[in-house]
Amino acid sequence: MRGLFAAASVRLVCGVLWLALAAAGARGFETEAMQDFGTGPQRIDVLSTTDIAYMQPVIDAYLVRHPDVTLHYVVASSQEVYRAVAEEEAPFDLVISSAMDLQMKIANDGLARPLPAALMSGQPGWARWRDLLVAVTQEPVVLLLGRDALPPGTPAPTTRRELIDLLRDHPDRFRGKVATYDPAVSGAGYLFAAQDARLSDAFWRLAEVMGRLDAKLYCCSAGMIGDIAEGRMLLGYNVLGSYAPGNDADGLRIVELQDYTLTLLRTALVPERARAPEAGAEFLAFLLSAEGQALVAEGAGLPALDADAFDRNPHLRPIRLDPGLLANLDQITRRRFLEEWRAALIQP
Amino acid sequence: MLLQLLLLAACLSVGLYAAVRLGADRASEATFDAVLGAAAGSLAEEVRVAEGGITVDLPPATFSMLSAMGEERIFYRVDVDGAPVTGYADLPLPEQLPTALAPSFYDANYRDTDVRIAAILRSIRIDGRAAPLLVLLAETRQGQGAIAARLGNRAAVLGLAIFLAAIPFSLYFARSFLSPIDRLAEAVGRRGARDLRPLRHPAPSELQPFVTALNSFIARLRGTLSQTETFLAEAAHHIRTPLTVMRNEAELALRQSGEEETRARLRGLIRAADESARSASQLLDHATVLYRAEQADWAEMDLAKLVRDLVERFRPAAEMRDISVRLEVRGTLPTRADPVLVEAALRNIIDNAVKYSAPDGLVEVMAEAVAGEARVTVMDRGRGLAGVVDQGLKRRFRRGANVSDVPGSGLGLTIVEEAAQAMGGSFAIGPREGGGTCAVFSLPLL
Ligand SMILES: Nc1ncnc2c1ncn2[C@@H]1O[C@H](COP(=O)(O)OP(=O)(O)O)[C@@H](O)[C@H]1O
Ligand SMILES: [Mg+2]
Repeated sequence: MRGLFAAASVRLVCGVLWLALAAAGARGFETEAMQDFGTGPQRIDVLSTTDIAYMQPVIDAYLVRHPDVTLHYVVASSQEVYRAVAEEEAPFDLVISSAMDLQMKIANDGLARPLPAALMSGQPGWARWRDLLVAVTQEPVVLLLGRDALPPGTPAPTTRRELIDLLRDHPDRFRGKVATYDPAVSGAGYLFAAQDARLSDAFWRLAEVMGRLDAKLYCCSAGMIGDIAEGRMLLGYNVLGSYAPGNDADGLRIVELQDYTLTLLRTALVPERARAPEAGAEFLAFLLSAEGQALVAEGAGLPALDADAFDRNPHLRPIRLDPGLLANLDQITRRRFLEEWRAALIQP
Repeated sequence: MLLQLLLLAACLSVGLYAAVRLGADRASEATFDAVLGAAAGSLAEEVRVAEGGITVDLPPATFSMLSAMGEERIFYRVDVDGAPVTGYADLPLPEQLPTALAPSFYDANYRDTDVRIAAILRSIRIDGRAAPLLVLLAETRQGQGAIAARLGNRAAVLGLAIFLAAIPFSLYFARSFLSPIDRLAEAVGRRGARDLRPLRHPAPSELQPFVTALNSFIARLRGTLSQTETFLAEAAHHIRTPLTVMRNEAELALRQSGEEETRARLRGLIRAADESARSASQLLDHATVLYRAEQADWAEMDLAKLVRDLVERFRPAAEMRDISVRLEVRGTLPTRADPVLVEAALRNIIDNAVKYSAPDGLVEVMAEAVAGEARVTVMDRGRGLAGVVDQGLKRRFRRGANVSDVPGSGLGLTIVEEAAQAMGGSFAIGPREGGGTCAVFSLPLL
């Protein structure tokens, strides 16, 4: 249930209420879960990559205030969310996705509706694009260390350079025990890798080192976290930290690398085709309100928007929310990048 | 004045807005085009040929940079050999292909928005031959429009503020420039009618020519007026004196002559001289009335006293014709008038009454205050007007049909009417009940 970027994440869906699954067949895009909240006459259709459990506290609080609302919440993978809005023109009132590039393409291509000025005015520049797209959470992309990842007496790496040294110095320890995204399969993994390649020279060396250690490639953060927690893997690079338990009980350690740590923005927009755009924007406004953000942070464990975090932690780099992301989606650029990635990873 | 200035300010601000807006539009379009062209160029450089075919490494920074200028939406398209390779395959092509040297820019509507497109043409080598590479990079221009609008608005607001601020100043300056003129006008207006001294009022140097011109005009006027006065006095003298001499000579001759035929001739001569003297004096009276009426040199005077004195002067001449004059005046009748004019008027009225009365007739003169007017009524039991309307008799040289036996010029009533009108009074003449004539001359009481 934690597959945020799962292209075909049926196998990850466990414990999710499969309500009205038959209805999914009527749609042109694949859904993973859906649920109705409330029974009021005002219907709000929300399409999201975020699992129901994460959003439940916010939705419940919203319904207490708006008893006249029925909130229809549909979960789909980021690719399917994009397809639903851009190709099917499905009439959702609010679309929340962690795939920044796909959300940007929807907004850039004119398929998103301007959001109310009151809602956008409070948002910092890096957390919004025009009046079309706005961030609802900020999630660092981290290095995740398992219980026995480090040889005794060795400190945890704080930069990519130190990580490379650690892996090089202990090849036997880490062989087959390093986890990272497969950019060819995961949109998020591709986004992170492409950003890495632009931000750091060390990235390609790291790729080579990971290749030499037979790193295992994953489709989703959840899979990496599970394997590391259970000791099958020692270390995960570019894991979405927000999904890691992050408590000492599992012995997992979240490391924000100090040379830079990418920060993913989960973004929301109201599609042009929305049936009740005002209602969608109103729910979004609640999500962005202090109360909504607190519920997201505490209730759901997703990091709330926090502009100060970037001041306090200069290593945090929000992924730029602008049409530069479109370059990420260019198929030829993508093909070239993946070829290079493969060449670095798979040595003769 | 204020309204005109406000209107002017508004017009100028609108003009300023339009001018700045246009200028800003042009300037910012050139700027934006330069950036867009450079971005398209760097995009074209990232298109290369590798073993597997064409590769593109889109630089995200290029898109970020474009968007950063105004949060614009970005579209691109890469064509090789005339076929779309990547990007938005339906982005509209330019009507004319750009040259290899310079990008071309054009406006188009894409996905329901207006976009500005830069097109770049290069050639790349594929399979040993050169193939055309066409790169299109499009952006929305909301930022540019916003910048131009903002500049225009700012200019308009600034212009309006400046113009509005200028209004009180211009009003103040206009007033302080005009105030000496106002003061001069007031000084001239306050003067008495006969006050023809030159202006000695302090005036700013800009007004000096005006004051000089005005003073020279006043001097000329003064000269003309005094010339007229002198002329009238001299003319009266020059006409009356020889007539008097002639009359005296004729009377002397009459007394010495015993021949009846000669005596009759001399009597005719004396009558003609009298007539001429009267005509001449009436002509002069008329000229004097016109002149003095123009002067409007009024002073406080007692009409009752004037009537009394005048009647006393007439009495001897009337009694010579056995006509008695009865005067009925009580108290005083203060008016504001020119005594010379009043006297000329009343003299002509009484003269007529005496002249057209039969011997033994009675002329009654009454002066009284009636309904805010000082009214002088002169009545006789003479031959009357024979039904002629008084308006006609008041015309110049007009005489009644029943007076051919009596000499006269026909100017008397004209003088009376003109004098009455000049001083704000009135004059009427009509038949008297029971025979005779009744003439009424009135002036406003003080
Ligand atoms: N008191 C009067 N009685 C009769 N007719 C008069 C009298 N006053 C004026 N008129 C008539 O009005 C005419 C115009 O008078 P006026 O202008 O004084 O000229 P004039 O006395 O020289 O004839 C006179 O010719 C006369 O016909
Ligand atoms: Mg007369």
